[in-house]
Amino acid sequence: MIPSLIASGLAKTFKMHLRGGIELPVITDAAFSLQPGQCAVLGGPSGAGKSSILKMLYGNYAANAGQILVRHRGAEIDLARAEPRTVLELRRETIGYVSQFLRVVPRVSALDIVAEPLVERGIDRPQATRRSGDLLSRLNLPERLWNLPPATFSGGEQQRVNIARGFITDHPILLLDEPTASLDAVNRSVVIDMIAEKKKAGVALLGIFHDADVRSAVADTIIDVTGFAPLGKDT
Amino acid sequence: MTVAAAKIETLDRESAALPLLSVRSVTRTYGARIGCADVSFDIWPGEVLAVVGESGSGKTTLLNCISTRLEPTSGTISYRMRDGEMRDLYQLEEAERRVLLRTDWGFVHQNPADGLRMTVSAGANVGERLMAVGQRHYGRLRSTATDWLGRVEIDTERIDDQPRAFSGGMRQRLQIARNLVTAPRLVFMDEPTGGLDVSVQARLLDLLRGLVNDLGLAVIIVTHDLAVARLLSHRMLVMKDGRVVEHGLTDRLLDDPQAPYTQLLVSSILQV
Amino acid sequence: MTAHARTSSYNFAYLDEQTKRMIRRAILKAIAIPGYQVPFASREMPMPYGWGTGGVQVTAAILGPKDVLKVIDQGADDTTNAVSIRKFFQRVAGVETTTRTADATIIQTRHRIPEAPLKQGQVLVYQVPIPEPLRFLEPRETETRKMHALEEYGLMHVKLYEDIARNGHIATTYAYPVKVEGRYVMDPSPTPKFDNPKMHMSEALQLFGAGREKRIYALPPHTEVVSLDFEDHPFEVQRFDKPCALCGAERVYLDEVVLDDRGGNMFVCSDTDHCESRRAEGLRGALSGEVAP
Repeated sequence: MIPSLIASGLAKTFKMHLRGGIELPVITDAAFSLQPGQCAVLGGPSGAGKSSILKMLYGNYAANAGQILVRHRGAEIDLARAEPRTVLELRRETIGYVSQFLRVVPRVSALDIVAEPLVERGIDRPQATRRSGDLLSRLNLPERLWNLPPATFSGGEQQRVNIARGFITDHPILLLDEPTASLDAVNRSVVIDMIAEKKKAGVALLGIFHDADVRSAVADTIIDVTGFAPLGKDT
Repeated sequence: MTVAAAKIETLDRESAALPLLSVRSVTRTYGARIGCADVSFDIWPGEVLAVVGESGSGKTTLLNCISTRLEPTSGTISYRMRDGEMRDLYQLEEAERRVLLRTDWGFVHQNPADGLRMTVSAGANVGERLMAVGQRHYGRLRSTATDWLGRVEIDTERIDDQPRAFSGGMRQRLQIARNLVTAPRLVFMDEPTGGLDVSVQARLLDLLRGLVNDLGLAVIIVTHDLAVARLLSHRMLVMKDGRVVEHGLTDRLLDDPQAPYTQLLVSSILQV
Repeated sequence: MTAHARTSSYNFAYLDEQTKRMIRRAILKAIAIPGYQVPFASREMPMPYGWGTGGVQVTAAILGPKDVLKVIDQGADDTTNAVSIRKFFQRVAGVETTTRTADATIIQTRHRIPEAPLKQGQVLVYQVPIPEPLRFLEPRETETRKMHALEEYGLMHVKLYEDIARNGHIATTYAYPVKVEGRYVMDPSPTPKFDNPKMHMSEALQLFGAGREKRIYALPPHTEVVSLDFEDHPFEVQRFDKPCALCGAERVYLDEVVLDDRGGNMFVCSDTDHCESRRAEGLRGALSGEVAP
């Protein structure tokens, strides 16, 4: 089977110019691949660079070295070296991302925040809003909240809006950064079901899950990040 | 393939061929002093580019060069005209340039009084560009103006009031409507939220964000406010002393700044 | 008609020949580009600005010894301005003057176009205070010239839009902008819009002189002159509900005449020659018996 994403030689070092230019190496020589229909989980203690890897795969962090080859529109693209415009195109069509926290936009309703990725892809608004409502109700977000901007929602409510927004599209690659962290057991199991459906649909997933139950329920493979730790770093 | 997906495909293929605006090695000097130096970038349809830097960094000089208000000392700026042809902006005839400015482009000034006619009604301010391109039906002009006032959240009852009687936020929204009424493809914005109260700013930003998404505008926005850049732009260009010190995806640049100056800028934001 | 002895200490028609030649060149250029404002080196005249110095210079430049001159102000031949300009040319050119429209070869006017249609060979000279129609919204002369050059006339409609928005109809009643031969927008300057249709395809040559602003523009005979408007608010001239109280003329421009201090008034022809000619033909209005002619 052709992998959806192949990372090799990936490295990330933060250079702190404001602190005399000290360098903080986080990842060296990371290599792994993602298969369609499978969920890989990044393993390792916190601070080992799991989030950094996820962010590099989304183009949110710059990789200092290595390749991130992604199948996009039938061709292979190195995301680590792609133009900003190509990265945006990849995000629109190929790589989805569910972050840990919802970035709240003032005055935009929960329903519209969730529908936005579909509208951006050219789906007409009523249809996008319908699917948005379906997902929000599946995640048990009370309907009275749908038309409010999520700024005043609780952490768990915001996170469910965030998950719905991440899952609404059918990106072939989906990155999940602790999507279940602030959810109760009922909604956690809804998310587990949604991940299973994504797998069935052939989506390649990569996630960070601190909850052992969720991890064991969704993981097909574990990618141990400690193997990518820079030498001399005590983790 | 759905109709919508097909639409996106065509749009992409069209936009993939050529950028909307192409800036190459643009330098503007004032005698021995540098306004901006060796700036190059492209912008594609639907893209929002934020030019960020502190005052004196050359961002306004750059904006003026690109928008044909200030001829660069060297370098070229080309624009893809509606017929698809790339043209050097400073080789255009005066007439072509002016038609471009009032139909295919918009310019939102920091001070709305610079972009509005303060002594004619809101309706005429919105309708002026349409009249300039030959619309001669009062009723239709008025309904278009009413529609646009609604879109920028100005009470349509105020259509016959002069902007002199409007608040700062309303004036800025009126200026935006006046610019967007001809469905421009490229809009320049010079600190559009500058000088407004924070709550007024938030409303304006939200409005701009919606309009930019709905209309698929390409926008070049000059701002010193990183929150504005984060909310509105896809890409950022960080300028210091007239030069571009960093250029990339907005979230990448703000979350993982590389250049020393960008790191300083990002770390200087007050967290609320 | 009366001829007068010319005061010989002045050159014919007051201006020296070089100046007249300069003005004629400007006039020729203006005729060649209908509606375009041609700059000219306007001279000091022996009357203040605002008294028709532009029109007087144009008249002086085209006047010949055989011309017959008529001067009107608000349509009347007997107002101060008209009388003094007529006397001026009697003294400095010794030409014949008349009050009869049909007999005149040159008619200088401040506001009105005579009611009787002008004929081939006649010249109508307008005194213009402000020649620039775009000045209302764009005070920069450099910019308005560019706008004329590039045919950017959207602003004129902004002005008309404002009129309708404020009054429900186009309330501009004088200096109503026109488009000449589909090209230049021109200000007919203070003539009432009632007279705009008379400019269109006129058989006479129409010349416009602005002395203070140093501009000359022209409408050659048979020139298309279209008043600007909106599709749904077409151009209309004023209507008067009564005919002239003296001669009974309809569809002419009327002036109000106050008769007493108890609100009594009447409306009479603004074109005094037209009114007199009609009365001479025996036509009468409602009040013609009560008022001395």
